[in-house]
Amino acid sequence: MTSAIDGEPVPPDLFASRRQRLLAGRGGLVASAVSGVVVIGGLAAVFWLAPGGATMRYFFFNPHFMWQAFIGDPSKGFYSVGLGLLTNLWIFALAEALVLVVGLLLASARLSQSPVLFPFRLLATAYTDVFRGIPILLVIFIVGFGLPELNLGYVSSQSPAVYGCASLVISYSAYVAEVYRAGVLSIPHGQLLASRSLGLTHATTMRRVILPQAVRTVIPPLLNDLISLQKDTALVSVLGAIETTRAAQIYGSTVFNFSGYTVAAILFLILTVPMTRFTDHLIARDRARRLAGA
Amino acid sequence: MSEVVLALHEVQKRFKDHAVLNGVSLTLRRHEVVCLIGASGSGKSTLLRCANLLERIDGGDVELFGQSLLDPRVDPDRVRRHIGLVFQSFNLFPHLSVIDNILLGPVHALKRPRAEVRAEALELLERIGLAARAEDYPDRLSGGQQQRVAIVRSLAMRPSLLLLDEVTSALDPTLVGEVLDLLTDLARQGTTMLVATHEMGFARDVAHRVAFLEGGRVIEEGPARDVLDHPREGATRAFLERVR
Repeated sequence: MTSAIDGEPVPPDLFASRRQRLLAGRGGLVASAVSGVVVIGGLAAVFWLAPGGATMRYFFFNPHFMWQAFIGDPSKGFYSVGLGLLTNLWIFALAEALVLVVGLLLASARLSQSPVLFPFRLLATAYTDVFRGIPILLVIFIVGFGLPELNLGYVSSQSPAVYGCASLVISYSAYVAEVYRAGVLSIPHGQLLASRSLGLTHATTMRRVILPQAVRTVIPPLLNDLISLQKDTALVSVLGAIETTRAAQIYGSTVFNFSGYTVAAILFLILTVPMTRFTDHLIARDRARRLAGA
Repeated sequence: MSEVVLALHEVQKRFKDHAVLNGVSLTLRRHEVVCLIGASGSGKSTLLRCANLLERIDGGDVELFGQSLLDPRVDPDRVRRHIGLVFQSFNLFPHLSVIDNILLGPVHALKRPRAEVRAEALELLERIGLAARAEDYPDRLSGGQQQRVAIVRSLAMRPSLLLLDEVTSALDPTLVGEVLDLLTDLARQGTTMLVATHEMGFARDVAHRVAFLEGGRVIEEGPARDVLDHPREGATRAFLERVR
């Protein structure tokens, strides 16, 4: 074929392919509806028609057992999965508040510049390295079974839920500190130069110029970590704290039906889905703002 | 001759093993405007950053009003409160309104009362015709407006001298004029300025002296028209040929 390069201009074919034209406009709507029904319907059919489908539905999705697990009945030896969620909630609320504060302190220590703060800088770096490297489950075991052994009065006489909460704070602070730090490092260097050129100290520059800008960029990843923290309150069950997962487990081993787990899963979804939606909304808004600014 | 405000003596600066400044000497007197000219990479920006201690120098000395800034008792933050620096890329604070950008230094570095500084800042904005934009955020302003705000932000500190680092280089050609006009006004009012620039017309009309930098050295220095119209050194002549 000849083209402008060898001096022979050729009228180009500008039409979209038949398939592209079919999928544009209303055709696209029909296509997504059909593919939606096929894919989702197919998956549902697998669960419904599998050889053990009926058994599986009886053990995991039986409405009677789900309701029984949800309200609980201590006289029959099992606790309410619904009330168990309250434990998850207070563990999460307390851990969240502490994680945000401890994480900020760790990040500030790592980002400090004063020679006097050198040991804190070193400790904070070691801390984030160590606790991002140890599985949370192990931290929970070490704290939950280790601290009581210390015989240290107040420290050694807490409930499993408190030890679990403390473990979550220990682990998540390390992650959140890194999120804060990444946010601070994402601010252009010119901002620091401009602020220092006005004679503002390093501390004032952080407080008035860098952090206010960093907070905005950091909110979506921070919310991501908090969603994760919300779910990981379930890990506290390994210490024997009766939260929603543990209640579902007890229900399962008492009544020999696992519908309690499904209830627990639904309860977690009710907690986390609004937060994931909110996070996505913030990310989309920030993106729109960035695109508008550029 | 009026008082020497800033004096650089044989200033040396290296980044790793790359020598950027190889013994630069320069003085700036009160009410004087000195333009630094030279190709990109000749050390103009580094020189300005050494003058306000954003960069630590490796040799030589920097004096402000006869006081060596290398003296260990000198607090760099206090030094910078007397030396304004304006950047090529403005570096306004995007999370603060125009007025708050200007107030930040005087209020938080100089600890002056907010209301008093605010009145002054509004007056400065009035002078550059942007008083109506005081509550706007920087991203609502054009490049030329942003750069003029950045200059006013430095002025609000009432500095003894202004350092300007190619302040028109990032601007759309149609916006260069408004920034140069402001600098010309400041020069007329006697503001002491050290200006790194590629605007030869501005240097010729406004600067008292011009220093030509190449390879981290001052190759030629003298009254603006002498250097720009009758350069003595071959290197200066070659540079001026290229920018013309």
